[in-house]
Amino acid sequence: MTLSEAGTLTPPGDAPASADAPAYLHGVVAQFETVDDILAAAAKCRDHGFTDWDCHTPFPVHGLDKAMGVRNTVLPWLVFCGGLTGFLTGIGLQYFTNVMEYPFVISGKPMASWPIYVPVVFELTVLFSALTTFFGMWGMNGLPQLHHPLFFSERFKRASDDKFFVSVMADDPKFDAAQTTTFLESIGATHVDRLEE
Amino acid sequence: MNAHAASMERPVLKDKTRLGDVGPKIAHAALILGLIALGGSIAWGVTLEGGKPLWKSYLINFAFFTSLTLGGLFFVIIQHVTHAGWSVVVRRVAEAVACNAWLMALLGAGFVLGGGMGSLYEWWHLHPGHGNHLYDIKAPYLNHTFFYIRFVAYFAIWIVLSQYFFRTSVKQDESGDPNLTLAMERRSPLAVILFALSLTFFAVDMLMSLEYAWFSTMFGVYYFAGTAGAFFAVAILTLSFLQGRGLLTESVTKEHYHDLGKLVFAFVVFWCYIAYSQYMLIWYANIPEETFWYQNRLGDGWKGLSLFLLLGHFFGPFLFLMSRWQKRRHGTLLAAAIWMLFMHWIDMFWLVKPGADMPALQSSVFDLTLFIGMGGLWVWALFRRLQDVSLVPERDPRLGESLRFENY
Repeated sequence: MTLSEAGTLTPPGDAPASADAPAYLHGVVAQFETVDDILAAAAKCRDHGFTDWDCHTPFPVHGLDKAMGVRNTVLPWLVFCGGLTGFLTGIGLQYFTNVMEYPFVISGKPMASWPIYVPVVFELTVLFSALTTFFGMWGMNGLPQLHHPLFFSERFKRASDDKFFVSVMADDPKFDAAQTTTFLESIGATHVDRLEE
Repeated sequence: MNAHAASMERPVLKDKTRLGDVGPKIAHAALILGLIALGGSIAWGVTLEGGKPLWKSYLINFAFFTSLTLGGLFFVIIQHVTHAGWSVVVRRVAEAVACNAWLMALLGAGFVLGGGMGSLYEWWHLHPGHGNHLYDIKAPYLNHTFFYIRFVAYFAIWIVLSQYFFRTSVKQDESGDPNLTLAMERRSPLAVILFALSLTFFAVDMLMSLEYAWFSTMFGVYYFAGTAGAFFAVAILTLSFLQGRGLLTESVTKEHYHDLGKLVFAFVVFWCYIAYSQYMLIWYANIPEETFWYQNRLGDGWKGLSLFLLLGHFFGPFLFLMSRWQKRRHGTLLAAAIWMLFMHWIDMFWLVKPGADMPALQSSVFDLTLFIGMGGLWVWALFRRLQDVSLVPERDPRLGESLRFENY
């Protein structure tokens, strides 16, 4: 029980305002019981033509990406470009400082000596590649994300324990609350939860 | 749960695992070709210019085929040290490759006793106490007696190790006793130490001491880096050949090739790392008694070859094999394997050929004929070894894991 400023008592469990607003549907999440079930269901969802959907399993399920029809990521190409940028930065930085900006003879070597560039070039290639991998992966996955509609489902908590889930989001052009629910049940879902706010 | 239950069952091999009549055909052709090329080269070359061109080419090819053999031994030992499962279907080929150590021992004995040492190694003619300080301090190591002892020791180690791993593995084909795997795994760490020491000093004795005044602590690792990379190329080629003949079509999959491709790629990088580390320190310190070795490799024509080595042994294959798809597509992987073997041979050529006596790049017909000669014998010995055994360790306890292996 809380005492409002006006001094009236609000009964517990009576959520303010939102009770009258229509619930917003983010999508549905379907529970599956076994690895084989989720693999079969993923293939059927893929063939059904969903685009904004995902699978959630408590452990890595081999072959799931193939069943889902996940396309190859472009991340390696970004990393390659990142590495190349590091490579050129390493060369450019040393050439600029050693040859152009502050020429200084060190142990009788020529100003532009490639053997001594290698360690810095190597390190910058690795550094730029690693940073591109790290931030590219976060960015492409839309991370960091502090909340997700999936957490509206109590049952979904078992995705980190012993159950397998397929979620289809409302943004998917093929999404229709009733039809999608029926479809998911028809391919072996034991429960389908609405992700409602 | 399912995977666990499956691993308890004895895996069934669905493909042909015996060479059958494919083996003798290859072995005979290779043997005849090898003997003609080797015999002809020696008969013709032993009197030519005091035998020097012959023995240089002989040493290049001896170092090349020894390194392929040692690469096989390295692979077998490492799989046992790491208790690897993925590689079981590849291991028998590696075991047989390693067993060619006896052939390399014979070819090596031919070199040492046939006059190769006196022809190529300046220190072979030196005696301590004549005011040559650089030699005097190295004389306790670089003398005939100790060299013979070491030479015998290297090959004794390699023959004993390769025979042990091959025979124990073949014994398991019949008995299926998992204790044999445990025994090999228990002994493999000692084998690693013996292998590393013998390979390092072999490289020092046979290749580095061509210029006795020169020294590099990286040299053994440099030879090893090329060795391991070349073996993975050999494994890819051998398995492709066998599969082309309808053998091992089910057990060896794209996944195994992919992993071998990754290892080739890894050793492309490792080789460059070692080559650079060796070069950079000597370049930076700029001491004449070290730099002359590289100076010999920057002369007329040699500079181009050195650059070719850098591009062809590192940059080219590095970019070519970087992508996952290049390693998983059979054609590209095969092309990379052939290329890396060629580059490894160029690397051996680059180590042996240059010197004060050869200021300009020069190749000899023996480079090729001895390659064919030793290569023929090497292939013959390999197929002879594989003839009467299964091409996969049929009852290795990790065979199931290897058959199911997938890269994710």
